[in-house]
Amino acid sequence: MSTRRSLWEYANPRKFMGLSGAILPWVAVSGGVLLVIGLIWGFFFTPADYRQGATVKIIYLHVPSALMAINAWFMMLVASLIWLIRRHHVSALAAKAAAPVGVAMTIIALVTGAIWGQPMWGTWWVWDPRLTSFLILFLFYLGYIALWSAIENDDTAADLASILCIVGSVFAMLSRYAVNFWNQGLHQGASLSLDKEENVADIFYHPLLVSMVAFGLIFLALVLLRTRTEIRARQLRAYLARERMQ
Amino acid sequence: MIALLVRDMRLAVRAGGGFGLGLAFFLIVCILVPFSVGPQSQLLASIAPGVLWLGALLACLLSLDRVFALDFEDGSLDLLASAPLPMEGVVSMKALTHWLTTGLPLVVAAPALGILLSLPTQGFMWLFLSLLLGTPALSVIGTFGAALTVGLKRGGLLLSILVLPLYVPTLIFGAELARRGAAGMDTQTPLLMLAGITFATIALLPIASSAVIRINLR
Repeated sequence: MSTRRSLWEYANPRKFMGLSGAILPWVAVSGGVLLVIGLIWGFFFTPADYRQGATVKIIYLHVPSALMAINAWFMMLVASLIWLIRRHHVSALAAKAAAPVGVAMTIIALVTGAIWGQPMWGTWWVWDPRLTSFLILFLFYLGYIALWSAIENDDTAADLASILCIVGSVFAMLSRYAVNFWNQGLHQGASLSLDKEENVADIFYHPLLVSMVAFGLIFLALVLLRTRTEIRARQLRAYLARERMQ
Repeated sequence: MIALLVRDMRLAVRAGGGFGLGLAFFLIVCILVPFSVGPQSQLLASIAPGVLWLGALLACLLSLDRVFALDFEDGSLDLLASAPLPMEGVVSMKALTHWLTTGLPLVVAAPALGILLSLPTQGFMWLFLSLLLGTPALSVIGTFGAALTVGLKRGGLLLSILVLPLYVPTLIFGAELARRGAAGMDTQTPLLMLAGITFATIALLPIASSAVIRINLR
């Protein structure tokens, strides 16, 4: 055993439970507080946009949830790779735990987008590349969750879901380019890039930034909580199995 | 590999093998479409490439759960796994069998159904070409989905949920190629993209499918 501290120590479920239990309240509370600050700031202390009016304020829910929907899948991809390469169970369980949170983020992004699109574009839904990509992402999440829940054996399910996540990532990116080619969009282009001339004005950007950080923290808190639940459930099953043996 | 292909083809063609199921489904879809959208040839001509592609995709989906199920149930898959033939080869042959029994009949039948849907004359070649190029990708992707669900009793629904988003790029480029060909537009981009998807899936996806089969047989 090396005495050098490394990140992989937290692949040990006991260590992970200790660390996550210690930081979970802080992450959850700071995420909640920041979300309240970001939303109140955005809703009540920014001017209405000169063209979009007050409808622009849904941006404080729409953009952060869309951001987290994509990043949740990316986190699942990384966790799946770690599981396949290093066989750390916590990693597989974290990927499993992130999927329903990612679905929730995708649904929030789709629904707030529809509510925003109705007054702006005059329609709830168009087959715009970005909207279509999100619908496809939603289907990928559903397939991933369905595969996890369909297979009884935990390790088999973790292996299969990881492979699906990797193959799905490739196809998701392919779909992104395919739908871009397939239809022109109504959705505006990237307006939060760090290197662009034309971005949203700072007065909207600052509360949005707070809201994005808040969504990130809430995502982290939910994933930690759900991973802890998964670990506990597995421990419980192990205890029950041991008791039945005696 | 050839012996496995011959065996699977024999099993598929004999009674109860499900040969022709996909083709029959394809015929039904394409014959029923004019009844549901109306007989105007203008309208039919504009939707024909999309309908034919959708019908072909659904017909492929219909026969996917048979790719591994029978071999898994009677234990042949375990024997194949312990045979000297690499699993990637087995999986590729299964995909090829699926294509020969489902995809190829669709490709051959599609131009005939194009007449029923009043496809413009210059569209036939492109429709045939796009299906010929695209259906192998459908079979290979479908084999991956079938491999994921092989151990499950009622995997049909799960299989379609898993495969649905994976089929999207192939469908987009395939149908776009057929549509542009029928409208007499430039076809180079979708043609190259479709060819790229097909050859990349044939080359790479069997590796993932065979890994999945090995996990499922563990």
